[in-house]
Parts: sequence; C-alpha cells; structure tokens
Amino acid sequence: MKTGDDIRAMLLAVADTMQANRDALCRLDGVIGDADHGIAMAGGFRAVAEALSETAGATPAEVLNIAAKSFLNAVGASSGPLYATGFMRAAAAVKGKDSLADSDAATLIAAMAEGIAHRGKAGPGDKTMLDAWGPAAEAASAHQGGFAETFAIAADAAEAGAEATALMQARLGRAARLGARSVGHKDPGAASAALMLRAMADASN
Amino acid sequence: MALNDATTLPKETPMKTKKIINRGEDAVDEMLDGILLAHGAILARADHPRAIVARHGPREGKVGLMIGGGSGHEPTFVGFVGKGLADAAAIGNVFASPPPDPALACATAIDRGAGVLFMYGNYAGDVMNFDMAAEMAAMDDIEVRTVLTTDDIASAPRDEAAKRRGVAGNFFIFKAAGAACDRMLSLDEVERLARHANARTYTMGVALAPCSLPHTRVPNFELGPDEMEIGMGIHGEPGIERGPLQSADQITDAMMDRILDEMQAAPGDRVAVLVNSLGSTPLMELYIMNRRVQARLSGAGLETHATWVGNYCTSLEMAGASITLMHLDDELTPLIDHPCECAMFRVVA
Repeated sequence: MKTGDDIRAMLLAVADTMQANRDALCRLDGVIGDADHGIAMAGGFRAVAEALSETAGATPAEVLNIAAKSFLNAVGASSGPLYATGFMRAAAAVKGKDSLADSDAATLIAAMAEGIAHRGKAGPGDKTMLDAWGPAAEAASAHQGGFAETFAIAADAAEAGAEATALMQARLGRAARLGARSVGHKDPGAASAALMLRAMADASN
Repeated sequence: MALNDATTLPKETPMKTKKIINRGEDAVDEMLDGILLAHGAILARADHPRAIVARHGPREGKVGLMIGGGSGHEPTFVGFVGKGLADAAAIGNVFASPPPDPALACATAIDRGAGVLFMYGNYAGDVMNFDMAAEMAAMDDIEVRTVLTTDDIASAPRDEAAKRRGVAGNFFIFKAAGAACDRMLSLDEVERLARHANARTYTMGVALAPCSLPHTRVPNFELGPDEMEIGMGIHGEPGIERGPLQSADQITDAMMDRILDEMQAAPGDRVAVLVNSLGSTPLMELYIMNRRVQARLSGAGLETHATWVGNYCTSLEMAGASITLMHLDDELTPLIDHPCECAMFRVVA
C-alpha cells in the first residue's frame, strides 16, 4: 500500500537524482541538442520538491497534480508539457484513491507513458523519452508483483530502451534536424526517464 | 546514481566560462528586472513576472501580437515589444520555451476584443507550451491564432520548409506582423500577412565558437580552433557543413548562394537585409560581411531597400553571424517602413 506521502517521497528522490545528474545530462544533450536538458529536469523537480513541501496527507492524485503544475511552470521547454501531461494522466488514473495497491504501479507508469505520447505525438523508435517510457510501461503491465518491484522492472526496461536510442535516428525534436548525425548518441530525454524510474523504484522499496 | 554509460558522454570540460552573473538560476529574472528599470516608459510586467507588455501598444479593436520563446537571444524577444511592433512577449528560461502561464498572461493583457496572434519560432517545446496557452485563452473567450516562423533555410530542405526553425528572420517577420496590427487590420488579415512575411524571409547562419549557459558555464558544443559550421542553429544545433574557417567573402558567398537560390528573385526586386551577430562577433566583422552581401545583391540585380547590422537575434556569447533577406513586395515594404518604438529597436516615420 502506497500513500500520497509515499508518492511524494518517490518524487523527492527523483529531484535528488536529477540534481546529481544535471551536468551529465547537459553534456549528453550538448552532443545532439542544446545542452539544457539537465537544467530543465533538475530545475523542474526542484520546483516539484518545493511545491510538495507542505502537502503531508495529500492523496496520490493530489501529489501528482501538484507535481504536474509545478514542473510545467518551472520548465516550459519540451519536457515541461510532456511530463506535466504524464503526471496529470497518472493522477487521473488513480483519482479518488487514498492509497495505491501493488497493481497501481503499472497503472501509474502506463498513464505516464500515454500522457507523454499524447502530448508529444512521438512513436516508438523516434529517439525520444518515449523510447524509455514505452518499454517501461509494457514491462510494468506484463508484471504481476509488488509496487517497488514493478517500478524496478520498469526501470530496467527504461534503461535498456534508453541505451537502444543510441542506434536510432531522431525523427522528432531538435535532434531530428541532425538526420543521420544523431545516430550513435543516446537520447538525453530517454536517459533522464530511466534515471527517474530508477530513483522512484529505489525510493518505493 | 549516475548515468551508467559514460562512454557516450564527451569528457568534462575543466574550464568554466566567465560571465557577469550572480546565481545562474536567477539570470533571466534579474535581466528582466534590469530591462524594466531601463525601459519602464515602454515596458511593464503583466500578471506574471515573465510576461512583458507594451505600455502603449494594446488598444481597443487592435489585434494583439504576442511573441515569445527562450531567453538568451536578446534583443529577441523582449526588445521588440513596443508600440508598432509586438504588444507582449512571454519569456522562458535560457533557450527553453516559456510554460503556458506567461503566454496566457500576455494574451489576457493585450486582448482588446479583436483577437491575439501568437508568433514564435518553430520548435517542438514552444509549439506544445504555446498551444496549451492558446487552448486556455480560448476557454477565456480570447481568439488566438498562431503563425510559426521558419526562416532558417539550413534547418530542413525546401520540400520540408514547414519543418524549418525560426531564427534571426523573426525580426522582419514580427516587424511586418506588428505593423499590420498597428494599422488596425483584422485578425484574418494580420495572420495572412504574417504568413506571407514568413514565406518571403530567408536566413543562413555560421558559427565560429560556442556559447555557454549561465547555469553550467560549459561550452554547449565543440568546434575546433580553426573550424566553422555553416547552418548551425541559434541554440547550437548542428548545421549542415563543418569545415575550416574561411575568409569573410567566402563565408558570405556560401551563405548568399543558398539564400539567393531559395529566394528566386527577379532582377529589380527589392530586399531588406539583416546582418546579425550571434553574440560576440563584433560590428567590424558584420560590416565586412555586409559589404559582400551588398555586392552579391547588386550582382544579382537586386535593390536593397533597407539594411540592419548588429545584434538582433543572439545566442548568448556565441561567435558567428547570420544573414537574413526579406524578399519585399508592395505589401511588405510599407510594413517594414512602419514606425515602431520598442525598448531595443526603433523605426521613425
């Protein structure tokens, strides 16, 4: 059983991870983009952590909606609307629940992936964060197990998905303008998605 | 936890760049504070700290023009807010689209019943955020139209022109649209003229050295000491051709060849010219380029109606320049000549 406070703890762990990896994500983005992805993710989750500082006792859906709004307003960029839509979809998927069952882990991850796909219009193989979130959602949905275990399996799939983006040619976003020159470099959005899921898995243990 | 595949990362640059800033994360807001203190007669904050409006722009029955995008390109976007040009600018973090809220605050502040036109460069993040703002404005009964700028001819081939990004040509395209608004034309007509202006504006850039973000102070791409890259984007997006640094005339010719080929102008046609610094390339070099630009225009039998040279759309301290031509016609020429009074740009009648 996971409460809103547990979800909040998972998001706070993501904030720490993004801060720790901020410059590495910027360098990764510098190869095929504009070198600001780490700043967006670290700044966005710092704002989420601040917004969640006085939300003890909130429901999981309330926590996720606060995360959506604070991330969007701090970031803008592409990751702002993508993650805001993902968090809002996740909130809607568990609306009205005071606590989450094991099976809700897959529900949350799948809703995140759907929201991101809906807002960004990306498909599999476009070399975007969806190439981490899509496999994560599939792996989580196929798994019947505990909450933390489901997140860990999703994180494994997201990491493999992020690695696989190195072989892809970007079809969406700034890197798409590179054409074949984007091949050989891991997508920073997919890399941060894998970091996020791993942090959430570790924090929900 | 760390990114597990360090092999795909370029090695860390030991030297941080030097900047006159306080905290990197405060750079955008502190810049806006300074701009408002310098230009308070022209600019004011709307109902959001990143929403800047023209004090004397919006008026009853006039279409409102909102421009916007990431910071780091000054004077684009905020410097082009003022009577006769844009009514408001929504400001994002450095090189990042603003979220919907400042754009919504701009739309609300400048709507005077005739609708609002959103104009910004064609980037995925900007499109998502500004579209969300437009949806929110529609819920408040504000009619919003959107025209994306796509003047960077290096960013996609001609048959995929709609995929191109917006760069320094924004200056001409926003100028034309703002003048159309100031002439009290309808939203339909302003939108049509904005699209027309965008379709006739062509930009090519060349980068010589990278810029660095205030947060990281690390160069955002690597370019060898004797290299240049033609076609690089204003956020350091890789361009179309990297090679050894050439002379001003050779660089200008390479850019003008492509622009003139795209423009397909007839002898006697008139153009407006912008030779723009990406940040640290000085006026001396821009004027050397302009000398060659004008020679090429004469050689093609084209007439220069007006020329602007300087920092109009920058990428922080990036070294390099861009050339923009607007292919004028009877509709666009009066819009380019139309007076405006902005914080960082004026045209007098």
